Amino acid sequence: MRTMYFTQAVDDALAQAMADDPRIILFGEDTPLLRRNLLVRFGPRRVRGTPISESAFLGAGVAAAMAGLRPVVEMYMVDFLGVCMDALLNHAAKIEAFSGGKWTAPIVVRTPCGGGYGDGGQHEQSLWGWLAHIPGLTVLVPSTPADAGGLMLAALQHDGPVIFFEHKLLSETWLELLGSGGRRTVQYDVPAGGTKNVVPQKWEPIPIGKSVLRRAGGDLTIISVGVGVHRALEAAQAFESEGISAGVLDLRTIFPLDKTAVREAVAQTGRLLVVDEDYEGFGLSGELSAVVLEAGISCKYARVCTQTTVPYARHLEDQILPNRQRIYASAKQLMQ
Amino acid sequence: MPPDLWSLYTLMLKSRLLEEAIAKLWYDGLISGEMHLGTGEEAIIAGVVAHLHEGDAMALDHRGSAALLMRGVAPVLILRELLGYPDGLCGGMGGHMHLFSKEYLTASSGIVGAEGPTAAGFALSAQYLRPGSIAVAFFGEGAMNQGMLMESMNLASAWNLPVLFVCKDDGWAITTQSERVTGGDLNERARGLGIPAAKVDGCDVSEVWEASHPAIERARSGQGPTFLHARCVHFEGHFLGFQLIRIVRDPLREMPEIAVRLTHSFLRPGGAALRERLAGLETVLAAVLSTVRDPRQDSANDPVRRARTPLQSNPVRLQELEDQVEKEISNVLASALVEVPS
Repeated sequence: MRTMYFTQAVDDALAQAMADDPRIILFGEDTPLLRRNLLVRFGPRRVRGTPISESAFLGAGVAAAMAGLRPVVEMYMVDFLGVCMDALLNHAAKIEAFSGGKWTAPIVVRTPCGGGYGDGGQHEQSLWGWLAHIPGLTVLVPSTPADAGGLMLAALQHDGPVIFFEHKLLSETWLELLGSGGRRTVQYDVPAGGTKNVVPQKWEPIPIGKSVLRRAGGDLTIISVGVGVHRALEAAQAFESEGISAGVLDLRTIFPLDKTAVREAVAQTGRLLVVDEDYEGFGLSGELSAVVLEAGISCKYARVCTQTTVPYARHLEDQILPNRQRIYASAKQLMQ
Repeated sequence: MPPDLWSLYTLMLKSRLLEEAIAKLWYDGLISGEMHLGTGEEAIIAGVVAHLHEGDAMALDHRGSAALLMRGVAPVLILRELLGYPDGLCGGMGGHMHLFSKEYLTASSGIVGAEGPTAAGFALSAQYLRPGSIAVAFFGEGAMNQGMLMESMNLASAWNLPVLFVCKDDGWAITTQSERVTGGDLNERARGLGIPAAKVDGCDVSEVWEASHPAIERARSGQGPTFLHARCVHFEGHFLGFQLIRIVRDPLREMPEIAVRLTHSFLRPGGAALRERLAGLETVLAAVLSTVRDPRQDSANDPVRRARTPLQSNPVRLQELEDQVEKEISNVLASALVEVPS
């Protein structure tokens, strides 16, 4: 049995795929040093640094994918997609439709996301709902090292554009780079199960669009992704002593959404609580309520999401991100 | 009219001491996330900001504290913002990368290159509402490869906007050496867009002051934008805790884990031929070695020290000034650390 850190697992799965498939190349800002372990194994032709020119290199990645490569393009933070959204919105996402299904862009956009370490509102967003809103994009948000590696492998095999999220609180390297910076004087509320855990001996792809039930429960269904899954699991654990049985469904994929699993779980409990670090309005949390309503399932519903720009001050940030207290309070309300 | 070296040195020293205090707060864990200091670029900021008047605007990058301080924002407001207090400059909502002062028409952004469009827009409003006022954009050479900056330089040229584009060039785009990812000459790029360009030693405050003076006057009188290219050195690298600098300063602590994983990866079967692997290793080593050889080590590149040199002919006045600035910043630090009554 081997264990790995979150980003180590992603890189390891990537390495396995790169050894098998010479079409896979990586590029992005600082990628040679960020992926130095891949650089020294696969060489500078396959692990490349870019200028700070997101529109150019993401757009080029899309076209390179159309023309036969399997590029993994690194975006320093998902927030910076704002600079180059056109490449995804108007190109990567639409090529399959525009070509009458004859052409696709199998690009993987790998990007850190999320808050909880005090970097402010331009560097701590989630934005998966924003991306999943666009038909044609596949959106993955793993919550454990094993899922991260397996989903990266699936992303690399997928025949279309995939956005692969790495939450910075789960990633040993991103949190070190952007948070502690070698200091021992700062602490972050890092969910242990998500940062270092058991991974398979050899990576196998995890099917895209398949959720996983992290915890069974008959009274209440909590649905989440990323760090939210771990917060939800802690809350569910706390409910046990109060005689409340809460299940936790980890979506893993935002689009395509595992609607079957969502409906089954909610039909059973009659109570749905969505824990989503992304913005509350017009996003995943509302989408999940629609999925349930469209199936004619009646349930009690609540959500714990991010409602505002993420504040810089840590104590304010902690209040607005989905935390245990907010999850607990919402769940209690649903149980009344 | 020559620059007033005493007042320029005062601005620079104040900024340096404030940022050293910020570094200490960061190392003590009172600031949680990233911290990009502007230590090393004080001469560029002071040499430009000293020319600004009421009504002038600034568009700042993720190292905005020095410009705000020199423009007149109370340092205690900056420190309390960085500490996340509700009475900080932005109510604890912005942090060091997102500092805003409506009073001084100054906006910051953590998105590289965003200073370009912002300065263009501030300048556009000046054309209508505050004729004779200008906008300054401060950004690094890494931002020069960002489309929106290049587009706004073209816009400023086409619309004759009163903008001074100031490129603070330290040669590094985060951990990437800029020359490896940049084509052509930056001044020629500006000229290609119809913008006059000047190159200055960004460690020499007089030189920056003298070059920016005619550029700013040109903008004020409606003759359009100028591009100022100033070389400088960031003593702390891209941000505090910068891994390349940590490796150089404390190799025994930083290197073992990195080296073990690198070696393991280098030797792992499957992948590129040896020649390619060696080329990869060379890239990593080159980044580390160029940090070792870094001009950061050379005190001749310290703009504060250099601004001080000509003032040493009047040691009494210099001592008095330094005592006063040190006292001011230490008072600021003390009052910034006062907890908010809950």
